[in-house]
Amino acid sequence: MAIDWLFVSEVTISGLLVGLMYSLVALGFVLIYKASGVFNFAQGPMTLFAAFALVSLLALVPLGLSLIGVLVIMVVLAYTIERVILRPLVARPPLVLFMATIGLGFFLEGLAQAIWGTQPRGLDIGITDTPFTLAGVLISRMDLFGAGISGVLLFGLVWFFQRTRTGRALRAVSDDHEAALSVGIPLRRAWTITWAIAGIVALAAGILWGARLGVSFSLTLIALKALPVLIIGGFDSVPGAIIGGLIVGTSENLAEVFLGPSVGGGIKDFFPYLLALVFLWARPYGLFGREIIERV
Amino acid sequence: MLECKNVHVSFGILKALNGVSLHIEKGEILAIIGPNGAGKTTMINVISGVYHPTPGRIFFEGKERTFMPPHPVAALGIARTFQNVALFKGMRVLDNIMIGRHLHMRSGFFSQGIYWGFGQKEEIRHREAVERVIDWLEIEHIRKVPAGMLPYGLQKRVELGRALAAEPKLLLLDEPMAGMNLEEKEDIARFIIDANEELGTTIALIEHDMGVVMDISDRVVVLDYGEKIAEGTPEEIKNNEKVIKAYLGTAGRR
Repeated sequence: MAIDWLFVSEVTISGLLVGLMYSLVALGFVLIYKASGVFNFAQGPMTLFAAFALVSLLALVPLGLSLIGVLVIMVVLAYTIERVILRPLVARPPLVLFMATIGLGFFLEGLAQAIWGTQPRGLDIGITDTPFTLAGVLISRMDLFGAGISGVLLFGLVWFFQRTRTGRALRAVSDDHEAALSVGIPLRRAWTITWAIAGIVALAAGILWGARLGVSFSLTLIALKALPVLIIGGFDSVPGAIIGGLIVGTSENLAEVFLGPSVGGGIKDFFPYLLALVFLWARPYGLFGREIIERV
Repeated sequence: MLECKNVHVSFGILKALNGVSLHIEKGEILAIIGPNGAGKTTMINVISGVYHPTPGRIFFEGKERTFMPPHPVAALGIARTFQNVALFKGMRVLDNIMIGRHLHMRSGFFSQGIYWGFGQKEEIRHREAVERVIDWLEIEHIRKVPAGMLPYGLQKRVELGRALAAEPKLLLLDEPMAGMNLEEKEDIARFIIDANEELGTTIALIEHDMGVVMDISDRVVVLDYGEKIAEGTPEEIKNNEKVIKAYLGTAGRR
């Protein structure tokens, strides 16, 4: 079989672009996981919630104002979550917090349903989905836009965590609560900030994926795609989320092209999970995750 | 400088501290000693705000702060280390010590975000202070190593560095030399004395090595079963019968 290199590069590029958008979703999980050691089951519903809120605000005010409005909603939500859910559960085992996030997830989904109903909505952010060609390669405008926004957000967050006082404090909290308190970092404020950032990431993911796929309850499924990304990159690593996203995006596209025909297609949807399984065997902490040596 | 009055702390039916009063004088090195389970670490936790006495009162520099949580306590100028090293294991040594200066850094999110003007000047100024601490503790060679990868003795030293970087008025050390060999112990003892003499830091430490305690401390408080059984100069403590009894059990009985 002759390989059509133009086609392969097209598929790869589109995979990389979509991959960055996966990274963004995964990053929401990584942030919460790092700050409180919990897999945040509510990240998917938060994405959905943000997207629905944006759609309904867009019907009333222009895009800029709606964005600010949803931003405020997500920050208020983060504050409420800290106040109502995290604070009473301080110093409880991670499993308890995990259960709490499941509850939170169902609550947000139910709330979204009660407010906005179950009808899927379209989300128009003024980007057309017509592709353009660059050196003979077709590139989707929507993908490029999504990747661009994701890239800027990812870069900004990495920079924030590595270089600023607040970022350093948040990293410290994620490492050791007791020690963080002893150097004068207020835990509660750190948690609120972390959840607010996760909320903002959820908003960005909600916009990008909502614009691609429409805003419906299947948006919460996008969060599931973050699982293989996290397993491959490592649950507690921001660079891991980025690289993991790129690997998942590219590999699922390439697998569809090269392996798909021999098994009758449709491989794209489950290939990332297969890959994650392989990683679980070979590198259970992911590419960049911290290896935890447990002494028995 | 610090005064604890009639401090009680219980966990369920266990009385960890049962009416302990103690004070720490400005500029001294106070050692808190006692057998295992005597309530020494609980005392440090009360002073640093992790536990709150019920009943009991705590004063720092004349002001009551009995129920203050740990992070404002740190802001008062009280730094500490932990019995089981509590470093930020995923972060470099440099960042760990930099975190110690968290409370001294004032520039807000935005000026740091743009990283010029005040934010940058501040970062550089604090970086210098951190480098002084690193220099002083002789850990230049491991500045960029993630703290979790260091051997235990060095981790303890980095933790001491993080506490010192905060330029505390009162430094609480929970077994700073546990698990160290003689040479490492001598190093730490020297750092403690230097911090006390050169920087004027008041120090309260828990230590099991009696030789070290007798050598470096100005005053010793002895706890046993949650109660203070003795207090005085190292010389007085050495000859105190209650203390000998607490440590050796049935001293004097043949």
